[in-house]
Amino acid sequence: MADPHASARSEVLGRIRAAIGPDRPRVRIPRDYDARREHRDVVELLARRVAGYRAVVRRVASADLPDAVGTLLTRRRVRIMLGPTDLPEEWRVPDVEWHLDDPPLTVEQLDRADGVLTGCAVAIAETGTVVLDAGATQGRRALTLVPDYHLCVVRADQVVGTVPEALARLDPVRPLTFVSGPSATSDIELDRVEGVHGPRALEVLIVS
Amino acid sequence: MAGTGVTWLGTPTFPKAARAALGDTQLRRNLRKATHTIRDKRAAAVAELADWERLRAAGAAIKDSALANLDVHLERLEAAVTARGGVVHWARDADEANAIVLRLVRAAGADEVVKVKSMATAEIGLNEALLAGGVRPVETDLAELIVQLGRDRPSHILVPAIHRNRAEIREIFRREMPSASPGLTDDPRELADAARHHLRLKFLSARVAVSGANFAVADTGSVVVVESEGNGRMCLTLPETLITVMGIEKVVPSWRDLEVLLQLLPRSSTAERMNPYTSVWTGVTPGDGPRHFHLVLLDNGRTDALADEVGRQALRCIRCSACLNSCPVYERTGGQAYGSVYPGPIGAILTPQLLGDLSDPQQASLPYASSLCGACFEVCPVRIDIPRVLVHLRSKVVAAKSGASPEAAAMAALGWIMRDPRRFEAAQRAGSLARLLARQGRISRLPWPGSRWTSARDVPAPPRESFRAWWRRTRG
Ligand code: SF4
Repeated sequence: MADPHASARSEVLGRIRAAIGPDRPRVRIPRDYDARREHRDVVELLARRVAGYRAVVRRVASADLPDAVGTLLTRRRVRIMLGPTDLPEEWRVPDVEWHLDDPPLTVEQLDRADGVLTGCAVAIAETGTVVLDAGATQGRRALTLVPDYHLCVVRADQVVGTVPEALARLDPVRPLTFVSGPSATSDIELDRVEGVHGPRALEVLIVS
Repeated sequence: MAGTGVTWLGTPTFPKAARAALGDTQLRRNLRKATHTIRDKRAAAVAELADWERLRAAGAAIKDSALANLDVHLERLEAAVTARGGVVHWARDADEANAIVLRLVRAAGADEVVKVKSMATAEIGLNEALLAGGVRPVETDLAELIVQLGRDRPSHILVPAIHRNRAEIREIFRREMPSASPGLTDDPRELADAARHHLRLKFLSARVAVSGANFAVADTGSVVVVESEGNGRMCLTLPETLITVMGIEKVVPSWRDLEVLLQLLPRSSTAERMNPYTSVWTGVTPGDGPRHFHLVLLDNGRTDALADEVGRQALRCIRCSACLNSCPVYERTGGQAYGSVYPGPIGAILTPQLLGDLSDPQQASLPYASSLCGACFEVCPVRIDIPRVLVHLRSKVVAAKSGASPEAAAMAALGWIMRDPRRFEAAQRAGSLARLLARQGRISRLPWPGSRWTSARDVPAPPRESFRAWWRRTRG
């Protein structure tokens, strides 16, 4: 009748209870840190911080978004772009082959593309982070991972100042990816170098 | 039950290993450069947040509150992960965890797994266990890859190859990487590129990945991995099966707690406002990522550490490595001298607690691997009072040796100092006599100039024996 799983579980839990003892410490978590901070212009701050990671950042008016997408893609000489199934029609600029994730693209197809265009869920100004939650205009995680170039559109109303503000807006049970700059490593002499396994180029268009 | 693994078989005691390391000038130069660079950057990243001290206090309390009801939080985590299609496993020790992972890999029909750097799997020696079971583990983190290809041992918890400079890394890549071009230079960008090509195909074809976890949220079942390179995302997203091995102390009570920890960790570890990638997933999401998710909850000595009221704060550790980077002893000896996958100040208090045998000379030497300067406590984002735990463990070491109670041992050590005028003088110079004023190892007020310190914080009582003195006494 020995079920190793059940016994490991009850033994570990039993050891924890014995270790804590009958008088459990009461711990109050002081939440007097800054949930928000005063920033004059969070959109401007986001732009600066993302650029600080050596990503390309452009601020555009909403009417100029398609042109801005086209300019960036032309500059990179992109031929095949990927997008989530609900990629807005007007973002799909001409002269580029668009492959949407429907039916789901194979890993080989993801690997063969020149880049991917998505929106985001939230952006954090202080840390220069865009957060993807697999929601509208974003698609599944592999889509923004395998291609070597990620172009991300951020709406001004998606920008918050701080990490606490961002987490409050997010649904934790969705698959989330926090992206702060292009793929990088600090593993060689503790110095940040861009470009390892994730997209080596990140470009962000902030629309207001 | 005590943990297993953690240290390397046949490891010499700290002073013996340290002596060898001190003779290696290349190693010392590499370490000095890396740790000094990161120290300055960390200070700048931290200075940017006016509420840093409040975040630290909150971070410490969050981890304490998780530990205070660890059983409850783990059961909630288990329920939440299970409800969203994940499978939770419990492992009492390293062998049990390894057996679970091996069984799961075999069930998935794989003979190779891609791995994201994880301290927990290093601790249990998972790679060796997988190899023995006919499964090839492929380390995908750049530094882990350097260690694996160089048939080396890790020396830092965040950057396991910190003891290697770029020229040495180039040599390892040229020698061990079939795809590396003979013209490879030591430009870090080129080295990173070589790693990308080396691993690309593995990522795209892997069926099983093994990861650790930085945090797991009890109330939602969400698991968090913080990384830089994207190798983590590859492993967490592309394979069909994901197996995550996580120490039981990684659980935090609620989603909101991450708003503190995700600020503390990147600034403390790589001195960045935010690390390039943080992944959060909850169970299985149809159509997005792995179809099978297994979470292995690992004890391996953690409950022993939890039972020690002073020592348990080591379980708050979020593995940022700031204490290593700030430690003058680590800077000189490097990580391998600690003989453990957990080197540096945190290793000096965590390793002996996980293994729980202070009659073992190697384990017993670790609490002395410190000058008790306090730099580690100053930088620790979750305010682990490492000097205090070191002093506490030293008294346990003495007790284990003499069979007497720690209190009696402390008195005996004082007596040892007092009996010899030269020792007494040396102790006085080193400030060790302040211990006489201390109650339970803490000094809450010192006469000036020490008062300038104690007004801001409690200082741990100075050691009965400084690192230097102890080393002189025991080496050779
Ligand atoms: S003990 Fe503190 S400073 Fe050291 S690695 Fe852990 S969290 Fe970081």
